[in-house]
Amino acid sequence: MKKILVTTLGVALVAGLAWATPEEDRLAFIDYHKKRFPNVAVEDYVNGVYAINPPAYQQWLQIEEFPPYELAMAEGKELFETPFANGKTYADCFPNGGIGIRQNYPYFDAETGQVKTIELEINECRERNGEKPFKYSKGKMAAISAYMAFTSRGEKLNVVIPDDPRALAAYEDGKEYYYSKRGQLNFSCADCHVASSGMMIRADMLSPALGHPTHFPVYRSKWDDMGTLHRRFGGCNKQVRATPLPAQSEEYRNLEYFLTYMSNGMEVNGPGARK
Amino acid sequence: MTRKIVAALVSAVLGSLLLPAAWSVAEEAQSAVELGKGLAFDRKKGNCLACHVIAGGDLAGNIGPPLVAMKMRFPDKADLRAQIYDAFTKNPRSVMPRFGPHRALTDEQIDLITEYVYTL
Repeated sequence: MKKILVTTLGVALVAGLAWATPEEDRLAFIDYHKKRFPNVAVEDYVNGVYAINPPAYQQWLQIEEFPPYELAMAEGKELFETPFANGKTYADCFPNGGIGIRQNYPYFDAETGQVKTIELEINECRERNGEKPFKYSKGKMAAISAYMAFTSRGEKLNVVIPDDPRALAAYEDGKEYYYSKRGQLNFSCADCHVASSGMMIRADMLSPALGHPTHFPVYRSKWDDMGTLHRRFGGCNKQVRATPLPAQSEEYRNLEYFLTYMSNGMEVNGPGARK
Repeated sequence: MTRKIVAALVSAVLGSLLLPAAWSVAEEAQSAVELGKGLAFDRKKGNCLACHVIAGGDLAGNIGPPLVAMKMRFPDKADLRAQIYDAFTKNPRSVMPRFGPHRALTDEQIDLITEYVYTL
């Protein structure tokens, strides 16, 4: 009996210590949010902080009646459809002509061993066709990304972590970044958006982590401008007095890989409007 | 001269020396509290209102506990200073910035903020 008990205990300990798989992480992430906000449906987290803040939700609905990202989206559509100097277009670079594919990003590219984001591939497409790359945080890049997200609205995020140790390593790297404290003020992403979500930081409610990447790029009132997810990462880094990394750096791409995987199965609803 | 008179004279002389000194100590303490309040409310310094409700502060956050009854919670002022200096010492899971070790505030600024917070 004692032997059985010891063996059982041993197995339980080993199981507890073993790495959680990404899917176990995701389910635990959802479970945490369900417990923290029992009245919020999982699919509503695509609306970010507005999912947990009814008064702000009403204001946001009014903003969405005349969406501030509409101009950027129109610019993005035009850019997307205008052929390059060589006559080719973005549609030639992407599966399904680039329409309705946002949910499959980011993905792990076995050839380069890197996580590929949609913004990275937009620039790769440009360079392959003899065009200069765009800057990654805002402007034309955010506009094209906004249009591509718009054509994918309603599609469910489907980030795949293939059976490749390099893919798993990229995921783990992003996860480590998310939970590591940094900056003079010593906050991890998770300190604010997991452990303290729904709390007030001064006059602002901290948004929950689940669903965070679904609505990017966003028009942010604070910026009075459009920005990509990596622009927002940089802003978060600055707020905790950490040096922001360049948009599309390997660390940010891996972070996007982890963060988007956590929201797998949720609908793409970008571009979004945020405070 | 009697001993009594000498004593009276001495105390009068000392008193005239000590009275302004005592006055300026009180004034200094008062200004330390004021300076500490300024640092506590400054978004670029303590920014305590980001997370703590403080009487007299607008739009306070609620990630940390309200700063009330501080003398009851910290009978020893040194413990309050230690908490402001580095909340990790007592609670390694605290999300409060480590103002002292991370040099987000100087020792003098932490002293002044302690003086202010101790009045709450």
